[in-house]
Amino acid sequence: MEQATVKFYQTGTFTVGNRLLAPEQRSVQAGPQRRNSLNSGHRACQGCGEALGARYAIDAAMAATNGQLIAANATGCLEVFSTPYPETSWQMPWVHSLFGNAAAVATGIAAAMKAKGRPEVRVVAQGGDGGTTDIGFGCLSGMFERNDDVLYICYDNEAYMNTGVQRSSATPPAARTATTMPVGPNPGNDFGQGKNVPLIAMAHEIPYVATATVADLRDLERKVTKAMSIHGARYIHIFVPCPLGWGAPSQDTIKLSRMAVESGMFPVFEAEAGVVTGVRKIRHQIPIEDYLRPQRRFAHLFGKHPDVATIARLQARADRNIRRFGLLD
Amino acid sequence: MEKPFAITLDVGTSLANHTGSWRTNRPVYLSRKPPCNHQCPAGENIQAWLFLAESGNYEGAWRKLVEENPFPAIMGRACYHTCEGACNRGQLDSAVGINSVEHFLGDQAIAQGWKFVPPAMQTGKKVLVVGAGPSGLSAAYHLAMLGHSVTMYEAGPLPGGMMRFGIPQYRLPRNVIDAEVQRIVDLGVQITYNTKVSNVLETKQQGGFDAVFLAVGAHIAKRAYIPAGDSAHVLDAVSVLRSMEGEDKPLLGRKVVVYGGGNTAIDVARTAKRLGATESIIVYRRNREKMPAHDFELEEALQEGVLVKWLSTIKQAGESSITVEKMALDDQGFPQPTGEFETLEADSVVLALGQDVDLSLIEGIPGLVVQDGVVQVNAQMMTGHAGIFAGGDMVPAERNITVGIGHGKKAARNIDAWLRGSVYTPPPQSEVAGFEKLNTWYYSDAPKTVRPVLDIIRRQSTFEEVQGGLDETNALFEARRCLSCGNCFECDNCYGVCPDNAVIKLGPGKGFEFNYDYCKGCGICVSECPCGAIKMVPEEI
Repeated sequence: MEQATVKFYQTGTFTVGNRLLAPEQRSVQAGPQRRNSLNSGHRACQGCGEALGARYAIDAAMAATNGQLIAANATGCLEVFSTPYPETSWQMPWVHSLFGNAAAVATGIAAAMKAKGRPEVRVVAQGGDGGTTDIGFGCLSGMFERNDDVLYICYDNEAYMNTGVQRSSATPPAARTATTMPVGPNPGNDFGQGKNVPLIAMAHEIPYVATATVADLRDLERKVTKAMSIHGARYIHIFVPCPLGWGAPSQDTIKLSRMAVESGMFPVFEAEAGVVTGVRKIRHQIPIEDYLRPQRRFAHLFGKHPDVATIARLQARADRNIRRFGLLD
Repeated sequence: MEKPFAITLDVGTSLANHTGSWRTNRPVYLSRKPPCNHQCPAGENIQAWLFLAESGNYEGAWRKLVEENPFPAIMGRACYHTCEGACNRGQLDSAVGINSVEHFLGDQAIAQGWKFVPPAMQTGKKVLVVGAGPSGLSAAYHLAMLGHSVTMYEAGPLPGGMMRFGIPQYRLPRNVIDAEVQRIVDLGVQITYNTKVSNVLETKQQGGFDAVFLAVGAHIAKRAYIPAGDSAHVLDAVSVLRSMEGEDKPLLGRKVVVYGGGNTAIDVARTAKRLGATESIIVYRRNREKMPAHDFELEEALQEGVLVKWLSTIKQAGESSITVEKMALDDQGFPQPTGEFETLEADSVVLALGQDVDLSLIEGIPGLVVQDGVVQVNAQMMTGHAGIFAGGDMVPAERNITVGIGHGKKAARNIDAWLRGSVYTPPPQSEVAGFEKLNTWYYSDAPKTVRPVLDIIRRQSTFEEVQGGLDETNALFEARRCLSCGNCFECDNCYGVCPDNAVIKLGPGKGFEFNYDYCKGCGICVSECPCGAIKMVPEEI
């Protein structure tokens, strides 16, 4: 039997680092020299998934571009907690303009760099789900359509958290927010049609679209690095739990994003020119209840009289993702 | 300074904002005790030596191992490895093959000729160790490493005690014992063979010894009264196993009955099979659940064709047959006679009913207490007579090699302290890293293709000396299956997952530190630490 080349690194590449791996195989975040593009002292809540996701993504983009990177930021938590006047947590050139125009501002920066003959300087635009899927959607679609040389990163925490947890078009069905039905037979967000921006981005047939989560750093870093190796419009949608808005313990941020993936609620995939080229398979599948139960925004589904029908509808959505993207072997 | 329109303040960094003040709970690094270490009767730091083996540093791993136990190659074959029963990985897929890695390290040390590093200083104290079995040799090793001069008196012709005269060769080849004992002799330990100590106090005084460690074991076979004809061939297990070491192998005949239900009974039954018996039957008065022998040994014996007659006692032994009586368990689980009899053909009967301690050498020692046939010792392993310590099978404890080796170590540390006029205080015990402390998501699933191969090799290595057990590739693989319970293995998770960059990486081997100026106390590092080496504690207000 074949047993000559056994490679088994205790934790493989699941952990951030691994002392058994060669230095070049390690993640950006494992290195003591990582840039910490989003530095300490920012005012994000305890256990903020967005702060974590932003550092993961921007550090990887900085590493991929040798630090030649400019960021345009939409209004939102990320902007507010990182730059209360006159302080900034960003250790990079960074600009904020309006809620809805981050994609357009980034397009302008990219055009300016081209005009100035600085092709090595790359541009990212970033925002939350509100600034991306609702308010900035027109500018984003325009950026895709023109194939501007920008990587747009959406940190999706599924509502307008900065202003007090209002529903966005990325809020999942049945989740309670400040602006959804608080009482009645079906409290929380409607099931509706949904608005899957990664799929919309794919419909623009831009060079690269990917989804990622803060639970899988290696996957996230690989996708950002790959995006930075490509020119043209690129879009990465990162799932970032919000302890405050979701009513979840601050230590469960990564656990919740892991469960969103393992339940099939959030499919992790990548696509080139409109075609899905890779999916991250579910490793240990879990029922949707396991993901919903720790979050207070779904608390009305449980308790003495569990809302079995709604849980089943949510499970059906997860199952559809699993079928659609082939998340299980 | 000239400022742009509507700007009145200088740009500053958010580092001025010490978010650590938000915290009500703080994370702290700690080291919890892995269940394997907690379980090991010899007190091995298993997780620590596996950690070194994981990176291929086998010599470092071996050196870490022998800090606690000088017999890795023997342990790798003869230890009952209860550590594996405690292993947290058992709840994930299957326990780490600790014993087989130990086997590999022990063999590697013999092959590479690794030696112990003698202590830099000698204390000038002389210690007498009586009995060169596992416990005595372990004590001698640790005492020698602590700088004492050690002399051993052994009644038998060769070192090893029950390791040599009690454990069959198919479980423990004798060259392995010789190699590991030689290493201890090389430390300057003097072993005098064929010397039975008959009066401990006299020997102590004549030799000018400052302290004595008694570890003579339990060699006298217990007998049960069985009416037997003159021609009946009734032997005891101790002498059968002992005579396996001599020139003349015991003559057991073609049909052998072994009476008893312990590991020794199984050893004898399996030995009888190897000596050519067509039938080797264990007669035991209770059932399989109540049998004291280890289940895997019984399983292996059954695979080899050993038969077991459950719930039976021997009533009478004749020349070529025995009479057994069927038993039934009562409500308390004690066997009661039923009056049903049966005859079994048997050329010989071997009694394996346990062993007693030869107490002749300690007769008349003032203060020394013997109770239930064993020598009583205090928590420091000292008998009632100051300066005389005892351990192994002759003191009250479970009787196996690993326990004996543990006694030897414990006694050595206490003797050392006693010789210095103090009392040995063991380091404080940290809490055990139970399975619930781990985040097992992060551990790789052991590849399916490799596991079956490994399982086969592992089974072979505990069964029969076929080959050397694991080779380097799969020993490395097996070591890397360790979850490192309760002890940081520098996976960088805490460093990576902190949303506030409040973890400082100190570099390889140095671990991490929290930057409490910025740590908000969210606890993500604690819940994402794979091995449970961080915990949250409330801030003092």
